[in-house]
Amino acid sequence: MTEILWHGRGGQGAFTAARLLGAAYVAESDGFYALAFPSFGPERRGAPIRAFTKLSDSPVGDRSQVVRADYSIYLDDTLFTDAAFDELKENGKIILNTRRKVDDERVITLDGTAIAQEILHMPITNTIMLGAFAAVSGIVSAGAVEQAIQENMPEKLQIRNIAAVNAAIREVAG
Amino acid sequence: MAKKFLSGDEAFAEGVRLARPQVISAYPITPQTIVVEKLSEMVEDGSLKSEFIHVESEHSALSCAMGASSVGARAFTATSSQGLLYMAECLTYASGGRFPILMMNANRSTALPWNIYGDQRDSISLLDSGWIQAYAENAQEALDLALLGYYIAEKKEVSTPYMANLDGFVLTHTYEVVDVPTREQADAFLPPFETDNRLDLEHPRNLGFSAGPDYNTQFKMKEHAGLLKVREVVAEAEDRFAAIFGRQYTGLTESYRTEDADYILVTLGSIAGLVRETVDALRANGKKVGLLRLRYLRPFPNQEIASAAANTKALAVLEKDISFGNEGTVYTNVVSALHKAGIAIPTANYVGGLGGKNISAEDIRQIFEDLSQGQQGLHFVGTGGEAD
Repeated sequence: MTEILWHGRGGQGAFTAARLLGAAYVAESDGFYALAFPSFGPERRGAPIRAFTKLSDSPVGDRSQVVRADYSIYLDDTLFTDAAFDELKENGKIILNTRRKVDDERVITLDGTAIAQEILHMPITNTIMLGAFAAVSGIVSAGAVEQAIQENMPEKLQIRNIAAVNAAIREVAG
Repeated sequence: MAKKFLSGDEAFAEGVRLARPQVISAYPITPQTIVVEKLSEMVEDGSLKSEFIHVESEHSALSCAMGASSVGARAFTATSSQGLLYMAECLTYASGGRFPILMMNANRSTALPWNIYGDQRDSISLLDSGWIQAYAENAQEALDLALLGYYIAEKKEVSTPYMANLDGFVLTHTYEVVDVPTREQADAFLPPFETDNRLDLEHPRNLGFSAGPDYNTQFKMKEHAGLLKVREVVAEAEDRFAAIFGRQYTGLTESYRTEDADYILVTLGSIAGLVRETVDALRANGKKVGLLRLRYLRPFPNQEIASAAANTKALAVLEKDISFGNEGTVYTNVVSALHKAGIAIPTANYVGGLGGKNISAEDIRQIFEDLSQGQQGLHFVGTGGEAD
């Protein structure tokens, strides 16, 4: 099972990214299963939130929160501290939206906010970080992410978010 | 069928759409709200033709559903926690009146302390209200219970309201892959609701009347008999369901690797998924353990429990419920089933998941370990204050 931990602030769309990833993964094969859920509780704009995606080739029975992740994804670098490494499995990776450079081979950085400003005209990076995950992990294809966006996001948001995903994939690959 | 990635609430709403209720009475409460929101969208976009009535309370929600049922309409409502308790007065009206209403309940803790998270103390406190009570493990089963629920409840010999329970948040708000049946499949499975137990100008009759000491016991015996009929109707309904949808359910319980198990854990609801995985892990290490999942609490699966436990050394019940001053109510019922079957084995009761507390795989492994050491009595799981 691959476990993904999403970190964001209320309003940044971390749970939407967690859900899109699950939808993209199960679209890849009839034998693929996923769970996606947020940290449950009152929703407050700006407050730190977590979301979780579990991907597996068999039904997922464990509905508890991810404690140690294969991928820990930060939509907001103000949430990223040294404690982030305690939440990783061995060989786990962090994907961080930041302008900074982080000198640690476990951390992949990209300036997702710049991509967001350019393509979405707003600093929302959830689908960009999903694209970055697709590129880093190879677990879901760009096509599956695109399909998940088409099936699960409001129509007026789809074209720009698909463009943002592809820009993030090029950024990470480049 | 169409494969979709849905939450438990959304999946249940899809099931309700396919069941075509003619009246929906809605009053929102977390974590049920998404169900009635989705249904209101379906009515608005025309994909569900139904009277959507936004009532002023849960008491009114069930009263409204009863009114609809009493003129022969298929009725739906949904609630949770304090909302269920607030409509408690109406629950016995609906069951005593033999109105086959479907109600979805999002299992949530009851105050005080105030808490919006999942446990099963709300519905279990109302086991004696005369309703069928089913508990879903995942979003697929939740959707399927909406269709099965109406089929079972509306059978003439049953004519009893049906409460489909989904664990709050861990099931209602968790997204997973769900096969959504087609309209044609659903219509082939579930016939339109037909009943003689309705107000009809052509055939005037009195419904919802009083019955004094002379006849009251006869009414209650018939109500009891109606609930007992559910066992065979569930079996028939699930075979019919499997023929159309390709998914076979297993009656009032689901046995998993219990045949040769030395130790059995009995539980219900969404935690069964983790217990099943833990059973597999322990079996891989040579431990003979099994899971018995109670899919229904009413009618209570006495025979199924006795049959699963016939050759086991010890048994535990894990439930998100406590009857203060005694023990978990599911445990009380399970021990009664064993006793009636003459099965005298050590038993233990684990009360966990209260107010949404996480139950971990380690907790479940510990229960099986305790059982193998002769554990008995009542134990709370998750009493530490650590963050989940």
